Amino acid sequence: MTPAAGGMAAMRIPGRRMRRRRTTDRIMSGLLWLAAVLAIVPLVLVLVFLLINGLPGLNLDLLTKLPRPPGEPGGGVAPAFVGTLMMVGLGTLIGTPIAVLAGVYIREYAGGRGATVIRFLVDVLAGIPSITIGLFAYGFVVVPMGSFSAIAGIVALAIILIPIVARITDEMLGLVPATVREASYALGVPRWKTIVRVVLPAAATGIGTGVLLGVARIAGETAPLIFTTLGNRTLSTSLNEPMDALPLRIWVYAEGPYASWHQQAWAAALVLVLLVLVFSLGTRLLLRRSHRS
Amino acid sequence: MSTMTRETSEATPSAQVVRPRAINIEVAAQPTTSVDKAGVAVDVEHLDAYYGEHRVLRDISLAVRPNSVTAVIGPSGCGKSTLIRCLNRMHEVTPGARAEGQVSLDGDPIYADGVDPVRVRQRIGMVFQRPNPFPSMSIFDNVVAGLKLAGIRDRNLLNEVAERSLHRAALWDEVRDKLHVSGGALSGGQQQRLCIARAIAVEPEVILMDEPASALDPMSTLKIEELARELKANYTIVIVTHNMQQAARVSDHTAFLTVGEDRAGYLVEEGPTAQIFTNPANKLTEDYITGRFG
Repeated sequence: MTPAAGGMAAMRIPGRRMRRRRTTDRIMSGLLWLAAVLAIVPLVLVLVFLLINGLPGLNLDLLTKLPRPPGEPGGGVAPAFVGTLMMVGLGTLIGTPIAVLAGVYIREYAGGRGATVIRFLVDVLAGIPSITIGLFAYGFVVVPMGSFSAIAGIVALAIILIPIVARITDEMLGLVPATVREASYALGVPRWKTIVRVVLPAAATGIGTGVLLGVARIAGETAPLIFTTLGNRTLSTSLNEPMDALPLRIWVYAEGPYASWHQQAWAAALVLVLLVLVFSLGTRLLLRRSHRS
Repeated sequence: MSTMTRETSEATPSAQVVRPRAINIEVAAQPTTSVDKAGVAVDVEHLDAYYGEHRVLRDISLAVRPNSVTAVIGPSGCGKSTLIRCLNRMHEVTPGARAEGQVSLDGDPIYADGVDPVRVRQRIGMVFQRPNPFPSMSIFDNVVAGLKLAGIRDRNLLNEVAERSLHRAALWDEVRDKLHVSGGALSGGQQQRLCIARAIAVEPEVILMDEPASALDPMSTLKIEELARELKANYTIVIVTHNMQQAARVSDHTAFLTVGEDRAGYLVEEGPTAQIFTNPANKLTEDYITGRFG
């Protein structure tokens, strides 16, 4: 039967086959929905566990008091809290400009061949286990310095951050349409200025998201800090000395035998997650506001 | 009335053949559409354009008269866009693309040792087929983008230029209350007029339009055509169009290009619009005009 003769009737599929197709469609939709739920379940479980176990220990003392001698209740993880803020902050401050400029080079200046090679190398760097990067920082910073130090940890964290932000910068710059660049060139704007004043602002939201991802990643890194900053029971803000960090403190306390330590470890873990959450929301809000103005 | 002079030459070590240009911006109490400047002549001499080894334009020679609208017409793929992109050295932005021959702007060759393409593009503005306002900028910032990016910060001057450019682009009344809204919030026709205002704001001598209305609705198309006719009082306009009726409505002179056997575009005929459309000298032109091909 030709489509012309009979119209809709010509397109009707026999009832049995239609029923089977509908059933298959429903089963597949159900399976996909289940997969999505399964993907989210671990996140929900982690958050629920953290809240149940961490909330009781969450108080201002946790963030402001120094640790007490092992076994004694009370005290806090102030050194770790301050240490994480400092090291993640400085690591991001050092790593982001390098990463963004690298991303700009790959996307805007490198030829086809060069870009492919550099992208590959950046991906390799992103895949190196963080403990290996910690060992590198040990050999590169700790050994020459003769001591463990915060700066070694910062170097390790920056190295972990760089490939993440560089690749995302590369991708986001690629999403800026060529027409935007053309419009700028046609106004008689030189190339470098076009990139800095037109293209990068257009990609800013995406790059900001990349920085966010990087920060979330390095905030939780423990392994690279073990051989570099070592950890510290006292509050230190000096870059040349060992510094504490939340992941390190959580690890030490979780492995210890004391109940007070365990409670503080849970609370510290909750603080870490909340820290990243607050930072993410803050960055998103800032980016949206600057985008609108 | 105050006059500001902006010296736009930047020091470059090699010899500048394009002379440094001082822009006199007359700031009037009431923005008018006439400023004491005129468009200039553009002379194309034996221009060839290549993408890599593949030649796309062959031996184009064309004289564009000042303060006129010249239309470039021809079948798809004949190199019309490539031709006007060679006029403001945008062609070479594409990797592997190059042009040979010469183009002179008011007597100054733009393809010569030591000529900075950036400077050329400040004298020759361009409006593209699809409106392309800067996405992260407001309407106001878009219009004055060329000035701001050149380092001009004087708020009063920017305001005056923005208002005058938007008036000249017939967009002022529609956006005067929402200058700080994002440029992307306008309709297609408005966005294109915004792009025209942006091009005008840097006071070029020539404005190139690459099928400026082909992505727009009929009402906006008519507005753009009207604009082109008005703008020729102060600028030289070259407009590429695949719409012959548009060429007939808008232009004083028309150049007809077509693809040769070597797949490169060449100039078949050029002359006053009225003559090209009613009494063309070349049979190919007549065939194209009457729709026998293209």
